[in-house]
Amino acid sequence: MSKSERPNPLFRNLNAKVASIPMILTASVVFVGGTLWTVLYSFTNSKLLPRLNFVGLDQYYRLWATPRWLVSIENLLIYGAISLVFSLVIGFLLAALLDQKIRFEDTFRTIFLYPFALSFIVTGLVWQWLLNPDFGIQHVVRDLGWTSFSFDPLYNSSIVIYGISIAALWQGTGLIMCLMLAGLRGIDEDIWKAARVDGIPMWKTYLFIVIPMMRPVFITTLVIIASGIVKVYDLVVAQTSGGPGIASEVPAKYVYDYMFFAQNLGQGFAASTMMLLSVVIVIVPWAYLEFGGKKRG
Amino acid sequence: MADPAVPLPAGAGAAEREALGPRGPKPRHVFSRRNIFLYGTLFVVAVYYLLPLYVMVVTSLKGMPEIRLGNIFSPPLEITFEPWVKAWATACTGLNCDGLSRGFWNSVRITVPSVLLSIAIASVNGYALANWRFKGADTFFVILIVGAFIPYQVMIYPIVIILREIGLYGSLSGLVIVHSIFGMPILTLLFRNYFASMPEELFRAARVDGAGFWGIFLRIMAPMSLPIFVVAIILQVTGIWNDFLFGVVYTRPDTYPMTVQLNNIVNSVQGVKEYNVNMAATILTGLVPLIVYFISGKLFVRGIAAGAVKG
Amino acid sequence: MAAANGTSVSIQDLSLNFGAVSVLQTLNLDVAEGEFIVLLGPSGCGKSTLLNCIAGLLDISEGRIFIKGKNVTWEEPKDRGIGMVFQSYALYPQMTVEKNLSFGLRVAGVPKDEIAKRIARAAEILQIEPLLQRKPAALSGGQRQRVAIGRALVRDVDVFLFDEPLSNLDAKLRSELRVEIKLLHRKLQNTMIYVTHDQIEAMTLADRIAVMRGGVIQQLDAPQTIYNRPVNRFVAGFLGSPAMNFLEGQLEAGSTFKTDGVSVPLERYAFDGTERPTGACVLGIRPEHIAFGEAAKSMPFSASGSVEIVEPMGSDTLVWTKLGGRNLSFRVEAERTLRSGDPVQFGFDPARASLFDAATGNRL
Repeated sequence: MSKSERPNPLFRNLNAKVASIPMILTASVVFVGGTLWTVLYSFTNSKLLPRLNFVGLDQYYRLWATPRWLVSIENLLIYGAISLVFSLVIGFLLAALLDQKIRFEDTFRTIFLYPFALSFIVTGLVWQWLLNPDFGIQHVVRDLGWTSFSFDPLYNSSIVIYGISIAALWQGTGLIMCLMLAGLRGIDEDIWKAARVDGIPMWKTYLFIVIPMMRPVFITTLVIIASGIVKVYDLVVAQTSGGPGIASEVPAKYVYDYMFFAQNLGQGFAASTMMLLSVVIVIVPWAYLEFGGKKRG
Repeated sequence: MADPAVPLPAGAGAAEREALGPRGPKPRHVFSRRNIFLYGTLFVVAVYYLLPLYVMVVTSLKGMPEIRLGNIFSPPLEITFEPWVKAWATACTGLNCDGLSRGFWNSVRITVPSVLLSIAIASVNGYALANWRFKGADTFFVILIVGAFIPYQVMIYPIVIILREIGLYGSLSGLVIVHSIFGMPILTLLFRNYFASMPEELFRAARVDGAGFWGIFLRIMAPMSLPIFVVAIILQVTGIWNDFLFGVVYTRPDTYPMTVQLNNIVNSVQGVKEYNVNMAATILTGLVPLIVYFISGKLFVRGIAAGAVKG
Repeated sequence: MAAANGTSVSIQDLSLNFGAVSVLQTLNLDVAEGEFIVLLGPSGCGKSTLLNCIAGLLDISEGRIFIKGKNVTWEEPKDRGIGMVFQSYALYPQMTVEKNLSFGLRVAGVPKDEIAKRIARAAEILQIEPLLQRKPAALSGGQRQRVAIGRALVRDVDVFLFDEPLSNLDAKLRSELRVEIKLLHRKLQNTMIYVTHDQIEAMTLADRIAVMRGGVIQQLDAPQTIYNRPVNRFVAGFLGSPAMNFLEGQLEAGSTFKTDGVSVPLERYAFDGTERPTGACVLGIRPEHIAFGEAAKSMPFSASGSVEIVEPMGSDTLVWTKLGGRNLSFRVEAERTLRSGDPVQFGFDPARASLFDAATGNRL
């Protein structure tokens, strides 16, 4: 009698298991293993090479005593706040404008979104050029006769992070607009009809009916923006290389420089662990709200 | 209510006609205040978004003397392609002076295999997750998706060690593996959701017909999934071409991808700054993703929406 | 076993659990060779799940499945000697009809001329010859379902499994294809297991119907038996449209049914057991078993009331009235013109009624 017995569960569905090996390796070795490894070595005094010579929280004390790290964190907070607020507001406004059954919608959308296809390096270099005080916007405005006009964010350490934010917004708002537009399109047409029949003005419909209905879209958008903020690196490298001085340093750059230039791996690991921690602080409440809530519902 | 189809009795006053209100289609004003505001705003914003591209192009077509004297927004008086030639063939980065062409070909050699490998792995994996669920699969999948949120900085050094151990650190193959690893979460999610959205009965019918794991994937599922493969290709080509961090960490100067080389050309501290060459080099680097973007149109939007809206 | 010519499909103590949820519970079912059996039940009753288990598309938790005397419990679907037709047709969209039909045979490595022969035969039986070179997208719903049946046909198997094959079609096509499936069964004489939630399909097609609820077969019988002698209140209510009337009341001394001033004599009712139960019970009577007007007077039980509402159905008319304070519907010929408020006389023969225990719902 063939196969009357239950086959060994290990070999059942074997092809699927083989096909999942890359995923299993990536998830367990790289993501879990790599993360634990980095966290573990952040408690050591590794310099040029990773060594298991534990020094407790020394690296973290040193990290939070380093001015460059403090500047990085401050920059990240400013950059993050600007990115969040402006990309949400601009992205939503543009999406709402495009949702008015306008002509040439595709053309406008193509224009708003194309910067997103460009790399942060290209973005950074273009804006470096546009914001160049000797040739760029400042120069042009001064040529127009307004000689006292001053707009040189990339050379002014107190506002350099705003100069970087401008470039980041130029690059990224198109994406947010697209997500918002998809969210707006996902709203039942009948809602608009009902609001019109009830005589509710359009801005009120948006504010009190449509935006609350788009809560899931806003949350995903928020998560996307937030995870992008923490990763910001290439843009700074291209636009300012962290300068003037250390005025536009960001944590990701701090990690890279300590790992690969300063030959101070322990510092790099501690800084990257702090980055991980900040992501956890953002992601865990979100995951709890999103997925913990579903189980209850 | 009066039935509008009933004609008014003869001698009905103008007031009565008035009470019935207007008939026929609502008059439309092309230049209504709303339209002027709407299109005006969109136009201004569009100009803002296009300006950097315009400045890049005009700068790259000017000679250096003209740049020093003129205005970045003014069109070139005398068009020259020399900056483009120089950017491509002779611009210097550190030791060698063979322009961006080296980086371009490196990027091609990185992007093509990375795109193929990552999509091959992720599509089969997504198919296995959607149609051939086995115990524990979802656990690893959740780890994979959560892992997508871990900052790369946390994982780059362990990967350096792994690559060094298997002898691929600094090589293009090593970078290909890295791109495949970090492309995996989003691509797997993309394919899993797509295959899961296909009718389950189709898969069952194929099983009754006797097709196995690979037979169903290659003969039934994959031919039905061309759009999602195109979306994945768009996503990966732009993503990998635009990558900087992995390129700078996992390759050596002679294997640097185009973005890294571009940054080195533009931000090198030696020599006189040639802004026209820099801008030409910048456009050249952005050209591949821009072409992908303009050709793919709506699929690009679909790709980023799929890439962005997780779960 | 009733079947004279052997058992085709035999399911023994089959259970299926998804985690802690039990979907099918120690289920037993024997299908005779050449029999047309219908699994009928509301959605979520486990009928499609059972069919998928028979097909080998779901791994079962406990029990055994035999097809043609062979234990196929852990066989691959393709090795079980089954063909399956799906609700959504499940045609491969990128293949022509011909390729759809031949896919399974090509996978199995059947020689080309044999494939051609089988396709020709299936196409002839189903009258789809002109469609062979088309893609599924270019077919109508009825044509697609014919092709889907053809795909099962070319496999040259003993057992056909149908998973709600007509649910996606409109009413007219559904009745047409229903007849075709019946003709196909008469022609092929294959064993057919057919899942549906449509009682008309079940009544018209089945040799036997298995009514399922909550992963358990409630009743397995010929259609007329199930219709006339439902084993419990669920089966009684699930079959029949318009639905059976239910009157809650008391059974007194095993011979009279009483509810709010109404008493129905039960001398003519055939109780299931020899015992005469008493206590709370439910009397069920189908609308078409209630006589009206003059005919009502000769019935063992009759009463009068007034018309509440009238629902003309075309072929006949459903009249709603009250009996003992409860809604009661019955059928009259479409020619009768009744209006709300008209007085009516109605009655029925308790021999055609069903009595159920109020607590368990089982037939008394």
